[in-house]
Amino acid sequence: MGNFPTTVKHCLSYEELIQDYPWLARWLQEEKRALTHEYPEYVKIVEVGPRDGLQNEKEMVPTGVKIQLIDMLSETGLPVIEATSFVSSKWVPQMADHTEVLQAIHRSSHVRYPVLTPNMHGFQDAVAAGATEVAVFGSASETFSRKNINCSIDESILRFEEVICTAKQRQIPVRGYVSCALGCPYEGPIESTKVAEVVKRLYELGCYEVSLGDTIGVGTPGSMAKMLHSVKKEVPSSALAVHCHDTYGQALANILTALQMGICTVDSSVAGLGGCPYAQGASGNVSTEDVLYMLHGMGIKTGVDLSKVIEAGDFICKALNRKTNSKVAQARAQCGYN
Amino acid sequence: FSFFNISPVQWLVQVGASAGKALPQRVKIVEVGPRDGLQNEKTLVPTEVKIHLIDMLSEAGLPVIEATSFVSPEWVPQMADQVEVMKGINRRPGVSYPVLTPNLKGFQAAVKAGAAEVAIFGAASELFSKKNINCSVDESLQRFEEVTKAAKEAGVRVRGYVSCVLGCPYEGQVSPDKVAQVAKRLYSMGCYEISLGDTIGVGTPGGMAELLEAVSREVPVDALAVHCHDTYGQALANILIALQMGISVVDSSVAGLGGCPYAQGASGNVATEDVVYMLHGLGIQTGVDLPKLMDAGAFICRSLNRKTSSKVAQATCKL
Repeated sequence: MGNFPTTVKHCLSYEELIQDYPWLARWLQEEKRALTHEYPEYVKIVEVGPRDGLQNEKEMVPTGVKIQLIDMLSETGLPVIEATSFVSSKWVPQMADHTEVLQAIHRSSHVRYPVLTPNMHGFQDAVAAGATEVAVFGSASETFSRKNINCSIDESILRFEEVICTAKQRQIPVRGYVSCALGCPYEGPIESTKVAEVVKRLYELGCYEVSLGDTIGVGTPGSMAKMLHSVKKEVPSSALAVHCHDTYGQALANILTALQMGICTVDSSVAGLGGCPYAQGASGNVSTEDVLYMLHGMGIKTGVDLSKVIEAGDFICKALNRKTNSKVAQARAQCGYN
Repeated sequence: FSFFNISPVQWLVQVGASAGKALPQRVKIVEVGPRDGLQNEKTLVPTEVKIHLIDMLSEAGLPVIEATSFVSPEWVPQMADQVEVMKGINRRPGVSYPVLTPNLKGFQAAVKAGAAEVAIFGAASELFSKKNINCSVDESLQRFEEVTKAAKEAGVRVRGYVSCVLGCPYEGQVSPDKVAQVAKRLYSMGCYEISLGDTIGVGTPGGMAELLEAVSREVPVDALAVHCHDTYGQALANILIALQMGISVVDSSVAGLGGCPYAQGASGNVATEDVVYMLHGLGIQTGVDLPKLMDAGAFICRSLNRKTSSKVAQATCKL
């Protein structure tokens, strides 16, 4: 409060006021309670297990299993399920059966099934296979962009522009992702203004929603708040989502922070499928079950049936011969009293 | 008063609201691994290992380390070497080493063994109290009053715990007012701090906020701590909410030692490494050296021949 006279500063000092008017503290506490933490009434969960999850699992998953997983997830009430990725099978062998998967799944009328399309080629294949929504992946880190998709951020956005324009013409909605929003495995911390820049570009190009990915899970509520503060200046909260990784156990705390800042779309992966490719043995995606448990516990609606998600998680874990990463699934399996 | 283009009332509310929302600058971590953690591990740990663990934790900068429990070895064989541990540890100046004392007998043995701080455990659930320590909540509080009286005379500090604050494995839902009542009694008995334990980890941020509102009406928030279990993965989110509500003392367990005795295979205590990672990321001081803490975690996991439950410890970036 630079230019105000000292006397005025004294009057405006909270601590001084409380000393002189002790009743003020109690009254402000009550007002604070009313103001504090307005959470969204409804949160949309974007289930990325079948794509982001499976893509990062070592075991090759048979097409039939993928289809069954997606069908089970379609019955849970999840509104969005990322089904597959139209990327070259040379790069991502796990997604080689993209066309088969997309054509064989039982599409529920209440669910959307976006697919990844890194370029025009992938987009055309996706549309030919019946895709009605696509997703493009940008990065807030130059080094990550170069190492991951072999081009600069600018070049990648030019590529996406083509996809987004064509998608617009065909009235196919496009979702944008920005990776390394809270840190890069190569560059370290990422400036929140840089993240905001990339998010803004994707949004202005025509992405209806941009998902902010904490790719290596290093974010904490502090960095999440800072990043969202910058991004919200450029893009409305209703067009933002958070995609938190639980590599350092911070995902739910970060998601909570995002909710407190008005975000109401959360990406997650059934059973926490998908390890972190940058930290061997470490976890990656946050588990849908754990996110749901928190949201429901807070009285936030999602439309999703947690028990059915746990069942889908059990199914895929058996098929992958691995343990679930979801703490809720682990606890429910043993407790039984809830 | 037109400086800010808002009414004085609005301004006051905003100032008050943001002042209330501010996170603490410093958080005291109460490390419960050597007691709560090890007590809930199946493998019996040799005394020297316990002592070495506590010494490593002292070196890591933790201000409070729960060292052992003066409970009958019949009930808790893991803590049978209580006296040896107390006498064997290297007590760092400025670090507190509280020990559990369920009754006067335990208290006397603890003081004899050199304890300068003790802890007592109440419950917010009648059924849990009966099943766990074989008496009602009131009866247990009467027992504890003997301890707090003796502690006052001996100049020994007492920390109180309330378990089942967000749910009970037998009763299900627990009323925040009941928790507030028990916390109030422990506080008026002379406990300098009351740790609120989400014993089965079922709590979520909404419930935590409601609980803390109820309890902080009876006990000053400075005298409260949270002891969150990560059984349902909710611990860090619950801790964050608690910090936002003015709590500045957090219990945790190195490497997330201590499974949940009510859900076999499920996790229990939240991992100190993960809590410290979050706090430091928020710019909150703890005095803890995270790499040294991780060393202590690695040590005890090797000795127990188990994997760490800490995600921070698991994440070693390939790059």
